[in-house]
Amino acid sequence: MNLMTERNLEKAVNDKMSAQPNAIKMQGKDVTVHYGDKQALFGVSLDVPEKMVTALIGPSGCGKSTFLRSLNRMNDTIEGCKIGGKITLDDEDIYNPKIDVVELRARVGMVFQKPNPFPKSIFENVAYGPRIHGLAKGRHELDEIVEKSLRRASLFDEVKDRLHEAGTGLSGGQQQRLCIARAIAVSPEVILMDEPCSALDPIATAKVEELIDELRENYTIVIVTHSMQQAARVSQRTAMFHLGNLVEVGDTEMMFTSPTEKRTQDYITGRFG
Amino acid sequence: MTDIALNPAAASARPARRDIGLKRRYAAERRFKLYGIAAIAIGIFFLIALLFSVFSNGYTAFWQTEVNLAINLDPKIIDPDNKRATDPNVLLTANYPVLARNALAEKLGVAQTDKPGLRELGKLFSDGVRGQLRELVVANPNLIGTTQNVWVLTGADIDSAFKGQIDLSVDQSRRKVSDKQVEWMNKLKADGAMAQRFNTGLFTYGASSRPETSGLSVALIGSLYMMLIVLGLSLPIGVAASIYLEEYAKKNRLTDIIEVNINNLAAVPSIVFGLLGLAVFINFLHMPRSASLVGGLVLTLMTLPTIIIATRAALRAVPPSIRAAALGIGASKTQMVFHHVLPLAAPGILTGTIIGLAHALGETAPLLLIGMVAFVANNPVTPLDPSTALPVQIYMWANEAERAFVERTSGAIIVLLLFLAVMNITAILLRRRFERRW
Repeated sequence: MNLMTERNLEKAVNDKMSAQPNAIKMQGKDVTVHYGDKQALFGVSLDVPEKMVTALIGPSGCGKSTFLRSLNRMNDTIEGCKIGGKITLDDEDIYNPKIDVVELRARVGMVFQKPNPFPKSIFENVAYGPRIHGLAKGRHELDEIVEKSLRRASLFDEVKDRLHEAGTGLSGGQQQRLCIARAIAVSPEVILMDEPCSALDPIATAKVEELIDELRENYTIVIVTHSMQQAARVSQRTAMFHLGNLVEVGDTEMMFTSPTEKRTQDYITGRFG
Repeated sequence: MTDIALNPAAASARPARRDIGLKRRYAAERRFKLYGIAAIAIGIFFLIALLFSVFSNGYTAFWQTEVNLAINLDPKIIDPDNKRATDPNVLLTANYPVLARNALAEKLGVAQTDKPGLRELGKLFSDGVRGQLRELVVANPNLIGTTQNVWVLTGADIDSAFKGQIDLSVDQSRRKVSDKQVEWMNKLKADGAMAQRFNTGLFTYGASSRPETSGLSVALIGSLYMMLIVLGLSLPIGVAASIYLEEYAKKNRLTDIIEVNINNLAAVPSIVFGLLGLAVFINFLHMPRSASLVGGLVLTLMTLPTIIIATRAALRAVPPSIRAAALGIGASKTQMVFHHVLPLAAPGILTGTIIGLAHALGETAPLLLIGMVAFVANNPVTPLDPSTALPVQIYMWANEAERAFVERTSGAIIVLLLFLAVMNITAILLRRRFERRW
């Protein structure tokens, strides 16, 4: 066990140093999204490498959240939304009618912009996912999953004495970490984060960013962010979106130092957006 | 730095403020506040006027004048032929009022030979004494031959006179109680043998042509049955329909039409629902007339739109972030609805349901059409038995001429208002209790 984490740590460090692309976990090919008559994505092809943080950046309305939400089919819940192209998870088409969307969302978890814990206790918030997916046999196992998830979200020490108090009573940053713990609890392979820090103060943001960096060991993470600094701090790969198109994608370091596209450079340096 | 502020020239250099009518703005605000206060004052005035008129007329209905008599259960009168051991009808048909009259005559010193006096005496107590003594004797035949102290209801006119509702200053030929009766009444009152006691009969008697023995029990049971039927049918149907429309149904022309029609149904006059109930439940399905089952079904139809509208509003008020959270974790749509959305919407649904029920409880018009405006003396046992409802009972009593029915009408209104108040307070408490912030 100890050896494993050490090895992971080493690997993570290596990732950060060389930014070697890992195996591809998710892949979008010519993804188009229509909301009714309005087209939001114009043929985006993007690879999401395993156990890395991929940041999606770009000005508001550029389609980065739309792309993120098509990765776990959350767009299905929006009426009039049509998706074209192909998105795969481990080389499996997730829009294949045989794919169970409930199972897909258990494999591809999501953390939202605004912390949205259920108005239930902290314990119930985390235990809900394992319970509906039948991940725990009996109370004892469930307790274990909850504790492990809360520990991974570095929240356990702060809330261990009030696990049965309302999750909505926590501070904003704690709530967001609770939502991350809730997503982790169903053991997803990919975690999608839609501007997870936009509603948080700088200290809470720092904690969540630290957490994202730790989670990279075990999970593939895709994060949408408006903050260039955040993208630079937490991600290994960055994809730049503009007006529904993918402008450029590459190693984060490269993107922020020598982008090939002028639009990327203008956006990163704050000339538009 | 300070030069600028002190220099009047610099101050005048600022762009001149346009006259935007500050005074007029404040005046308009004050005026509007005044209108609001006036509107509320008018509302409160009429509410107080209504409550005052109902309570001042009605509170006396909860007390009934009774007279305490030492009644000798004389076997010679009850069972002159001594056949009660073989014929049970003897005890049922015995002339009980004579027993009460004799007891009263003895108390007031009226001779058995004074026939006109005895006749007037007989009007002092209610004919309901027949039922009262019969029950007493049938329950325990061993009492025959003994003397029992019994509180007996007075006649409705004596009751009104005792409560001061009859003007005794006019000539006795123009009022319903004679001078002789008033004299007896005052004598009994001085002895403490005639007094006002709590009117339990108001809640235990059914319909009767005598005001003093008419009560609300049939109406209460009928209303209770109807409320149970309305609750049992309209809550599950309404909530299921709302959940389907709000969470599952695609938004298209068909659901638009359904939505418009639900809103229209909520505005349909209730008497139309009565006609519908008459045509469908009674004429087509041949359900019994005057039954609370039919009333409950009609009121269910009437309450459904209200519950659906309230439930849909409550479901819509659940923030989308909660739904997204549940779906994002891999819950199915049904799990999302039943684990998260419905519990959060429950207070709103309950409030809507209770207000819908309160509305149904006070509804009269459709019940008139399905024959619930009937003279029902015996308590209904099942919802298929004839019964009435509280508001219908009020309507029927309001049509009666006797003074004693006027106070009963108001008394019944008080009972109905109390029920409505309790239901509405329950709705408010439930909302407070279960309301959650997110």
